[in-house]
Amino acid sequence: MYTEIVMEHFTNPRNVGEIKDADGVGQVGNPKCGDIMKMYFKIDENEVITDVKFKTFGCGSAIASSSIATELIKGKTVKEALNVSNKKVVEELGGLPSAKIHCSVLAEQAIKSAIYDYAAKHDKHYEELEGFDPKAAQEDDHH
Amino acid sequence: MKKRVYMDYSATTPMREEVLEEMMQFMKTEYGNPSSLHSYGRASKNAVDTARDRVAQTINAKSREIYFTGGGSEADNWAIIGYAFANRNKGNHIITTKVEHHAVLHTVEYLVKEHGFSATYLDVDADGLIDLKDLKAAITDETILITVMFANNEIGTIQPIKEIGAMAKEKKVAFHTDGVQALGNIKLDVDELNIDMMSMSAHKLHGPKGIGALYIRPGIKIHNLIHGGAQERNKRAGTENVPGIVGFGKAAELAHENLRERIQEKTRLRDKLIDGILENIPYTLLNGHRTQRLPNNTNISFRYIEGESLLLSLDMVGIAASSGSACTSGSLDPSHVLLSLGLTHEVAHGSLRLTIGAYNTEEEVDYVLEQLPPIVERLRQMSPLYEEIQGGNQ
Repeated sequence: MYTEIVMEHFTNPRNVGEIKDADGVGQVGNPKCGDIMKMYFKIDENEVITDVKFKTFGCGSAIASSSIATELIKGKTVKEALNVSNKKVVEELGGLPSAKIHCSVLAEQAIKSAIYDYAAKHDKHYEELEGFDPKAAQEDDHH
Repeated sequence: MKKRVYMDYSATTPMREEVLEEMMQFMKTEYGNPSSLHSYGRASKNAVDTARDRVAQTINAKSREIYFTGGGSEADNWAIIGYAFANRNKGNHIITTKVEHHAVLHTVEYLVKEHGFSATYLDVDADGLIDLKDLKAAITDETILITVMFANNEIGTIQPIKEIGAMAKEKKVAFHTDGVQALGNIKLDVDELNIDMMSMSAHKLHGPKGIGALYIRPGIKIHNLIHGGAQERNKRAGTENVPGIVGFGKAAELAHENLRERIQEKTRLRDKLIDGILENIPYTLLNGHRTQRLPNNTNISFRYIEGESLLLSLDMVGIAASSGSACTSGSLDPSHVLLSLGLTHEVAHGSLRLTIGAYNTEEEVDYVLEQLPPIVERLRQMSPLYEEIQGGNQ
């Protein structure tokens, strides 16, 4: 059902944990649907994401999507991170079952949500975040 | 080879050697059609008769009250649709529960949606039991059928079948029960329990898949579901699945042997599993009734984690189990049974079902008890919900 890459990331997820003094924190999903993703970003003055940590309540693909998403954005600029799409997450995982595509969407939204938080705290504006509502991402039951 | 522990006996069971052996003959040498006149046909016919006797004996019924079907779901569909159609002149109301197997639930919904019947879905309490007072109150002049499962496939709770049957009898309403999980796990007596119709399936008791049966009490009028030839005394058409029927018969016979001792042994292992998990892993709760439950069923919710990731992790150490989480059910919501108990979505998503069987050993139970805590802890360490709780405790 899952690719080897998904299973590998589920078994050995990268960047699990939390960052106490994070510059941006985003949480998406809700327990009703069975998945919640929370991401913590450390971002330097050049807008480079120097550290990422995540915590996820969810199925195997939710954990794997979070893990690979953090790998994709670590060391990247905020702008680059904002361009990581759910498609990219699926691609990097070698594919996801169709019923699990929402996990990759959640990963994309978690990235956006954490950056949204960073932007709000640091008075930054990104056109990629236009129309993005972190509240909706938290309540969205993607069904 | 890597260690493998199968604890998903409520999903299906391995066939017993003796069952397979008896079946083989009816695939290789005695392959005749039971409807044929020649010696091949007669051999098959005799085998079907013997199997029918054996199934009947396990539930204290007469052979002629057993009708073989293509499985438990067909038996459920037939009992409900067949009875409703044959008795709609008496009324159009059916009573069932919110925790039935989908083979019952979706069949009743079909009658309501497409055929103008009405239905009452009884609530259950936190243990999964219906309230007999609710049942009594739900019965009207229009009620023709009550269908309540014997034992729940997910949480193992055993309903007060005898009392339900007695109430149905008193109100002159037919009583069907889905006995798929009960057969082979507990003692069944259709007379003592006032059962009018009961669905059964072979593969839950070490028989083959694709074969089941419906018990129908004499006098119960029921339309056919499968039309065609005169098989099963004109009630269920189609050339008999002779190897399947033979396998079912043998499996039923074997399940009946030393039933009491085997119930005791399964109950002991089940209780060890339940107590071992509840005592050693925090934030856990048992789903289903503590004692009025199938001797093989353990269903526990692990808070702050999701069932599918738990199943995957267990699978990696060779343990086969199941869960009521949405991710494993193929739907988007967690199990309707767990939600009916009043569990929140989050707790329902974190459920784990371990169902033991004849081949499980105490050593395997110990292995599960040893493997489970670190797996749960690892997933909790990854969970933002657990983080909130830990934060709150600091």
